Amino acid sequence: MTEMTHKSSKKIYWRVWFQLLAITIVEIIVAFLPISHSLMALLFTIMALMKASLIAGYFMHLKFEQLGLVYSIVLPLILIVALAAALIPDGSVALLMRLGLGY
Amino acid sequence: MTQEVAFEQEKILKSSWGGGKSPFGVSREKFTMWIFILSDAFTFGGLLAGYGSLRASLPSWPSRIEVFSSFPFTSAKLPLVFVSIMTFILICSSLTMALAVDAGKRMERKSVLKYLLLTIGGGFLFLLCQAYEWGHLIHEGARLTSNPWGVPLFSASFFVITGFHGSHVLSGVIVLIVMAIRVAKGIYDKRGSYEGVEVAGLYWHFVDLVWVFIFAFFYLL
Repeated sequence: MTEMTHKSSKKIYWRVWFQLLAITIVEIIVAFLPISHSLMALLFTIMALMKASLIAGYFMHLKFEQLGLVYSIVLPLILIVALAAALIPDGSVALLMRLGLGY
Repeated sequence: MTQEVAFEQEKILKSSWGGGKSPFGVSREKFTMWIFILSDAFTFGGLLAGYGSLRASLPSWPSRIEVFSSFPFTSAKLPLVFVSIMTFILICSSLTMALAVDAGKRMERKSVLKYLLLTIGGGFLFLLCQAYEWGHLIHEGARLTSNPWGVPLFSASFFVITGFHGSHVLSGVIVLIVMAIRVAKGIYDKRGSYEGVEVAGLYWHFVDLVWVFIFAFFYLL
């Protein structure tokens, strides 16, 4: 039984590796597309989060840990999102000030 | 009555937070590594949020296609090719690390050692690539306070963010070398568990995870 589960997890790792590679290739293609900067940022955020959850979930085994551990690690990360959500608009306001447009 | 008390005590010990077992179902070592990773995630989160703020506050930013277009042994311009190869190396080293941990669960010492050495090789190759990239950009005139492509903050954030990540890769390689020596000595066989390798693997995967964000937001955006 344990033999079998270990065999299958090896397969999973190779599959995750392939998925990471595929998303990376899509990312590089998107980088050369003639689309707006904010759309590109949105696409990269989505794809980076997909890759991050693949790595954390399968390589770091987080998907198979107890829910208590998963929440203890993942929920505090909201603070990083909050920090970015506070600082990046602040940067945009600073840009307006630099350009002398209001504020 | 006493039997009832004993029964209650046993029930408490068996519950998640009763003190009888690890409440998160993982060893102390692994849990501590997770807490460390969380704190490190805040460090990189702070750096990347700061970078986002700086970038949003500037009217122009150097073109990544122009800056990241060199490749060793050729003068041809190959935009983003080199950094893509670096990303590929890191993804592959994460795979070999996962395979090392997997082999450890089956107590296959030789297999663990093989995959660990492959992972160390990948990490070392990544560091060499980064050394080349830094050397090349410094040669072209990039400094912490100025660079030939545009705003000084570009090279400042480049060196700080990739430097911080690179130092993590370097620490990871050192940790993995220590692990490889311990595996070769058979320390984990004696212990009956390869958990040490697993915990080191967690750190290595985290370094790869951080690179995902640096690659997407610094190199590609």
